[in-house]
Amino acid sequence: MKKYFKTIYHIFEKDILLELKSKEVINSMLIFSLLTVIVFSFIFEPGAEYKIDLVGGILWMAIVFAGILGLNKSMMSEINGGNLNALLLAPVDKSAIFFGKVLSNFIFLIFMEIVTIPVFTIFYNVNIFKHTLLSIPVFILGTYGFSVLGTLFSIISVKSRTREVMLPILLLPLMIPIILAAIQSINIFIKGDTISDADRWIRLIAAFDLIFTFVVYAIFDYIVEE
Amino acid sequence: MKLEKVIDFLSFILILVALYFAFIYAPVEKVMGPVQKIFYFHVASAWIAFFAFFVTFICSIFLLATNRYIFDDIASSSAGIGIIFCSIVLITGPIWAKSFWGTWWTWDPRLTTTLILWFIYVGYLMLRKFIDEEDKRAKFAAAVGIVGFIDVPIVFLSIRWWRTIHPNVLQKGGGGLHPDMITSLIVSVIAFTFLYLMLMNKNLKIKALERKILTIENE
Repeated sequence: MKKYFKTIYHIFEKDILLELKSKEVINSMLIFSLLTVIVFSFIFEPGAEYKIDLVGGILWMAIVFAGILGLNKSMMSEINGGNLNALLLAPVDKSAIFFGKVLSNFIFLIFMEIVTIPVFTIFYNVNIFKHTLLSIPVFILGTYGFSVLGTLFSIISVKSRTREVMLPILLLPLMIPIILAAIQSINIFIKGDTISDADRWIRLIAAFDLIFTFVVYAIFDYIVEE
Repeated sequence: MKLEKVIDFLSFILILVALYFAFIYAPVEKVMGPVQKIFYFHVASAWIAFFAFFVTFICSIFLLATNRYIFDDIASSSAGIGIIFCSIVLITGPIWAKSFWGTWWTWDPRLTTTLILWFIYVGYLMLRKFIDEEDKRAKFAAAVGIVGFIDVPIVFLSIRWWRTIHPNVLQKGGGGLHPDMITSLIVSVIAFTFLYLMLMNKNLKIKALERKILTIENE
């Protein structure tokens, strides 16, 4: 068990060091998410009332699109030079390597969110933390679910001939429960509706995270064995 | 060989019987009129689509566990057939809905999940097209087949929380149906099941032939 977590940590450490050198993944995700936030702002007429119903969705769309971009980028760097195959040959648990990648992708996404959310708050003039700090677990749980499924499908899609296209096609339909639940709960927080209404949405994201972590853990070794 | 011919023959006859039951035997619905006839094929297709995706799910698990390509053949054939019937569901549904609900589409849980199901398995088939190595294709597709099928009940639950389920949809399968209508529905479900078996059989034969050609070419 200790070795398992050590493997996860080493993969994570490798990715962070690589990223600190090149800053490719974070930078491209950041620019993309900020641009999405700005471009989406043209939907609204200045001072429109209905804005408050839609901003949660826009924020999550920015995160999802930037996340897909980042996943593609981070997995491409593993493919170049046969990195991934070499990693999978290592005499360690293959799923530990997978969860190491999940962890590093998760941290990149969280970092991107930490920058994007304040900018978003300024541009749209809504504070998602005004009524409750519960938004934080929503972002953490949602981002984790996105990383688990996203990392799995990015490993699958980089091996196909249409790399960049395959990831969103596989990932988006499966991500619908998380995106839906995250948007619904953030909307509740923004509008200041009854906070307890958001409970079941947060529980849904947590359940989704648990189920997929377990399923991917169970099948990953079989998928990548040569 | 013999069994295959029997299934071909049976599915042909049963589809004719189902047509008779749907259009002649079953009474015309009072409110909806003849448009209600679509119901028999719509429900039967929906059953086949879900069943086909379930078969894909089970065979994907077996493939990962045993590594035998026959399960990949069954899983991929089943997904292909499932997509066809899921498309039929998504086409016949709106035709019925337009005349009864007055709108082609509503974001009702059952409609939404069916559409999402369709997208998941279109992704599954696309992925298969774009991976060249047979071993990787089978395993990666199996991963999508497993995760995709698990996702559907979650989507169904989550969307159900979002908006209350449309009463019409809930009542449709259950009460208020004339006994003759129920008989017709059962007949058409059985006929479609045989059609599924027939298509599956043909598909598996094609896949086996493809394998044969590949091995000959490689020699």
